[in-house]
Amino acid sequence: MATLEDLKKAVAGIEEEESLKLTSELLAAGIAPLEIVGACREAMEVVGSRFEEGEYFLPELMMAGEILTGISDKIRDEVEEEADMGAKGELGTVVIGTVEGDIHDIGKDIVAFMLEVNGYKVVDLGVDVAPDDFVKAVQEHDAKVVGMSCLLTVAYDPMKATVEAFDKAGLRDKVKIMIGGAATDEQIREYTGADAWGKDATAAVSLAQKWIGGAA
Amino acid sequence: MVAEGWKEKRQQRLAAWRAGADEMEFASPEVKEKYLERMSIIIDALDGKKPARVPICPAIGFFPAFYGGITAEDAMYDYGKLGQAWGKFHADFAIDSHASPLIIGPGKLFELLGYQVYQWPGHGTPPDTPYQAVEGEYMKAEEYDLLINDPSDYFTRCYLPRAFSALAPWQALAPVTDLVELPFVGGGFIPFGIPPVQESLQKLLAAGQIAMEWIGTVGAIAGQIKATTGVVDTIGGFSKAPFDILSDTMRGTRPFMIDLYRRPDKVKAAMERLVPLAVSQGIRSAQAGGLPIVFIPLHKGADAFVSDDIYREFYWPTLKAVMLNLIEEGLIPYLFVEGAYNTRLEYLADPELPPFSSVYFFDKTDMTKVKEALGGVQCFAGNVPVSMMKAGTPADVREYVRDLIVNVGNDGGFILSTGGVVDHALPENLTAFVEAGLEFGQY
Repeated sequence: MATLEDLKKAVAGIEEEESLKLTSELLAAGIAPLEIVGACREAMEVVGSRFEEGEYFLPELMMAGEILTGISDKIRDEVEEEADMGAKGELGTVVIGTVEGDIHDIGKDIVAFMLEVNGYKVVDLGVDVAPDDFVKAVQEHDAKVVGMSCLLTVAYDPMKATVEAFDKAGLRDKVKIMIGGAATDEQIREYTGADAWGKDATAAVSLAQKWIGGAA
Repeated sequence: MVAEGWKEKRQQRLAAWRAGADEMEFASPEVKEKYLERMSIIIDALDGKKPARVPICPAIGFFPAFYGGITAEDAMYDYGKLGQAWGKFHADFAIDSHASPLIIGPGKLFELLGYQVYQWPGHGTPPDTPYQAVEGEYMKAEEYDLLINDPSDYFTRCYLPRAFSALAPWQALAPVTDLVELPFVGGGFIPFGIPPVQESLQKLLAAGQIAMEWIGTVGAIAGQIKATTGVVDTIGGFSKAPFDILSDTMRGTRPFMIDLYRRPDKVKAAMERLVPLAVSQGIRSAQAGGLPIVFIPLHKGADAFVSDDIYREFYWPTLKAVMLNLIEEGLIPYLFVEGAYNTRLEYLADPELPPFSSVYFFDKTDMTKVKEALGGVQCFAGNVPVSMMKAGTPADVREYVRDLIVNVGNDGGFILSTGGVVDHALPENLTAFVEAGLEFGQY
């Protein structure tokens, strides 16, 4: 007899077929979709920690997302209920985006994923985001943390301009700003006037925990 | 393993490269001498020796445009402005390697053909940013067999129609391998009569003309720069790791990462199918370029992208096969190791790669570890951070270069470079980079 624990293990172990098979069995046994969603969320936390520990990388994160989509499709098809696999986002909101002039999004997407599995609501503005759009999103969603990403050196100045836009809007002391991406480091943090630089997605989560935890 | 004789072939190719200097018309005998000196120190470093001094070969992107007061869009569209900016750059910074204006590319051609795989300044990205690749699924998950079965047909009728909007009508073409018997050859040409296909062929003719104008004009600019400043080309040909061919511009990174789980055997078969094509491209482009160094940028195998298991099983075997084949032809694989490779250095030190057969340019990899793993094994280069070139001071750059040369470059087989590609940087930092390279780089 399949259990929710089995499902959690299969999802966390990136076993796609097994996860979908177990979902069907659990649904057939009358397990509530909400409980299945709960097991999936727990599994995603495991995926997140395995990523932090250097066991999982991009392929595993991508597959975990695919498996979740498959499970929610199954719930819809088999018991005709919508399953909200979205993160609970109870810990607070982070606005994130790749800065103006840069269209690279892989690093930013990993950070968004990791923040979500760690309980944050992520407002992802996408790529080539103008400074004012970061400011507007923070106002609209009452976010306390902003994450800016870039891959290219031409994005340093837009990053700096975005920090300045928060200044001009009178919001600089209301938000914490972190930067990341392959072209960034502590020197660029200083150059842009951001509050912190994160080496990787794990660092972004630690920063959010420090800041939102402290502010809550 | 590499067949015997690779070294002789390499020596012959290097000698031919050197002899090519006699065909060039230098501005003065002094410039020619400088050119030959630079070539010698680069070859010595590639051979693992201590050259007269450390070669100074930064990775230069659009910096000359910004330094010369033109936009990136100007550089891709106005060859006159491109020539002035790149000429000024080389006149003002005494680096050893040629920052060739040819890598900038003809914007008009991309525009005419509706290139979808990249956005370029003024066409998707702002006028003052470099071109950037657009992640997309230009190849669908179910198309692996088509690619494996006949890569050229797959490119012609599936990939190119998606990569270039002007070639979209080519989906209607039939495989050219149909054209074998007279009674059916007439029918085989019907697709070429379809109006949208005819229109695409007209555009292709125009694109060919643009390419000829571009190589004529920008090729002459590049030749002029070498003839007047004595800088040396360090890129002859181009190739890629099969893993990156598929993930960068065919499947897209995310779909490809999923393929590694859902269809691993297809991925491996496709990568193996791409090996001879990547080798052939490397050989042909190096021959056309006239120097035996094949540039191979590495992307999705870096520390942060995939696990060691995936790297070992999927990334390395076909990259290694490409390298071995190029080496066997007497060519030198020039791996541009983007990102960090701290956990992958043992692969690059693979004993099946003959000593000093390749050169690795490092970005964020710890250079002390590089020296431990590759010292006395392969030539390596690195790695002044591009962040420092923009946000640091000349004193920061000087100190970094000194430490690098003293601690990492001290035994030879070393080239001074920047970590990543320099687009935005402070000119005074680049000056400091060159001056420090000359000051501390004397052996």
